[in-house]
Amino acid sequence: MSVQLEASPTTGDEVISNYTINFGPQHPAAHGVLRLVLELDGEIIERVDPHVGLLHRGTEKLIEHKTYLQALPYFDRLDYCSPLAMEHSYVLAIEKLLNLEVPLRAQYLRVLFAELTRICNHMLNIGSHVMDVGAMTPNLWLFEIREDCLNFFERASGARMHSAWYRPGGVHQDVPLKLLTDIADWLDTRLPRLFEDAMSLVVDNRIFKQRNVDIAIVSKEDALKWGFSGPMIRGSGIPWDLRKSQPYDVYDRMDFEIPVGTRGDCYDRFMVRVEEVRQSAKIMKQCLAEMPNGPIASLDRKVVPPKRGEMKQSMEALIHHFKLYTEGFHVPAGEVYVATESPKGEFGVYLVADGTNKPYRCKIRPTAFSHLQAMDFMCKGHMLPDVTAIIGAIDVVFGECDR
Amino acid sequence: MTVLHSAPKIASNEGVLDTLTKALGDKLVAGKEEYGEIVLTIARDRIEDAMRQLRDEHEYQQLMEIAGVDYPSRPERFEVVYMLLSVTRNHRLLVKVTAAENTPVPTVTTLWPVAGWLEREVFDLYGVIFAGNHDLRRILTDYGFEGHPFRKDFPLTGYVELRYSEEDKRVVYEPVQLAQDLRSFDFMSPWEGADYLLPGDEKAPAAPPPAPPPPPAAPKVETPKTTDKPADTGGDAKANEAAADKQSAGAPAAKDGGKAPEAPAPTESKPARKPRAKKTPEGS
Repeated sequence: MSVQLEASPTTGDEVISNYTINFGPQHPAAHGVLRLVLELDGEIIERVDPHVGLLHRGTEKLIEHKTYLQALPYFDRLDYCSPLAMEHSYVLAIEKLLNLEVPLRAQYLRVLFAELTRICNHMLNIGSHVMDVGAMTPNLWLFEIREDCLNFFERASGARMHSAWYRPGGVHQDVPLKLLTDIADWLDTRLPRLFEDAMSLVVDNRIFKQRNVDIAIVSKEDALKWGFSGPMIRGSGIPWDLRKSQPYDVYDRMDFEIPVGTRGDCYDRFMVRVEEVRQSAKIMKQCLAEMPNGPIASLDRKVVPPKRGEMKQSMEALIHHFKLYTEGFHVPAGEVYVATESPKGEFGVYLVADGTNKPYRCKIRPTAFSHLQAMDFMCKGHMLPDVTAIIGAIDVVFGECDR
Repeated sequence: MTVLHSAPKIASNEGVLDTLTKALGDKLVAGKEEYGEIVLTIARDRIEDAMRQLRDEHEYQQLMEIAGVDYPSRPERFEVVYMLLSVTRNHRLLVKVTAAENTPVPTVTTLWPVAGWLEREVFDLYGVIFAGNHDLRRILTDYGFEGHPFRKDFPLTGYVELRYSEEDKRVVYEPVQLAQDLRSFDFMSPWEGADYLLPGDEKAPAAPPPAPPPPPAAPKVETPKTTDKPADTGGDAKANEAAADKQSAGAPAAKDGGKAPEAPAPTESKPARKPRAKKTPEGS
């Protein structure tokens, strides 16, 4: 701790020194186990040293000891607020190494549920960001929507949060027609009503603006230098969205807009997310309208196991089922880096395969890691209460940051 | 190869490798294009220059990630892989350097501040030193952790486990004790020539192959290798006798002089039943 001596007209001979406080790791506004060592001058932040890694579980090491399919559920547990978006990068990386074609219906289903995941994630983030700066009601309303999303996940995969529903080659099982019609109804009625109601309380609210406008302004150059992605880079005014610029699955068939900020402050990042929810709903409607019938997973039986019904009828299917659920499939040796637009930003998987049934190395590129690193320069000169607004606008989840 | 997968489509790789090979000159050790990824291997001590050139002249503005990979069999066992992204040209690049435990890699924090934590992570998990990174602390592992856990020779379970001790009223560290061994199934078929080597073993100087022992004079074997006759089976006389009797025992001898058994007498039909007494309504 540096001791600062200064001749002040108000304090006379008193010695003023900076003091260091510890924020977290158990703090409701830290969105998880974040420990910040803050050096304060009065209430002004001089320096921030974020300590991460308190939730490090060695996921990447564990994945090296599992087959490709067994490693998939670990991805749900990275960013537990947007599980399907995490799986998306991983299955695409495997498919890229295998050069495996995915049937069109599976691609539509993946995009549909990736966007549902985005809405689900933004509900949590928008709600908790609003609550961090003092409002209670919108959060409760947004949790209603989040609950609806989780119910849809449950009806598709059987699990509310850790779906493990995307598979290399497609998705695990088809969705019932009733689920699709229910999602369509929900998009037309319940989502806009609840969401726009909640947003009408927040976006023009004087207190909310006072807490967010002009807080932690990030210029375009800084956003590039600090490796920003997702709503953080769009908030700074760079129209960069991997769904648009590097489309995967059927995003190139979708018609949607990319919202960008103008000032690069916390309020812009928040508003980018608000608009993304509306755009996600638009994408989902297109998916529902255009989705064809057909298989929901590749028919390549050397990668995708047959369904149980088929297994009871065919010896061949039984053999494939047994081999794929014990030994798993082998992936040709090589390395790929596949990044998708997760709700929080660029979520990448660097997969090194050595030709066996287990990944040799699976490096996960978390979104929050580089954003948190920028905490120091974003917080400098701001007041202590602004830290919660800045963390809220980063949208950090430690399952993913610490892996 | 036609692209069948639906992974992210970036701008075309066509000509990029040639352009960069020419531009990087002797900084480049190797370049290849595989699975739609351009991978450049750069000489370790020139990495900073090469990265600056890629950033300033070739518009790769963003450093998205730095990954460490451990190949214990190589003389320089680590690979440090930088993922570059160009937001203007919509292109990605993998840039690699190799390193050993004692050969520092020049830092790129001078070019991108984001490299600070990314290098810290590679240092923490693999023990690669980055020369010029002034904040090379551990980042993901525990305070006071020892070792570099993502190396291939570091066990999955680690060496210590921690628990809350009721006696000491604090968290204590103890050596790992597993109630059951970690189950790691081996799917390598022995018929496909599985080569069981512990990671890193192959680097040990190979012991000189032991001088082949002089081929022992093959003892003359008198006993034949096949059993052609019943006498060769090694059984005693009684067994030989039984073996010689190749026919199995016949059917049990018939009692009455081998006459074929007659057909059984036909079953007599049952005497017809008496008709049931008719129930009368008043009989109840």
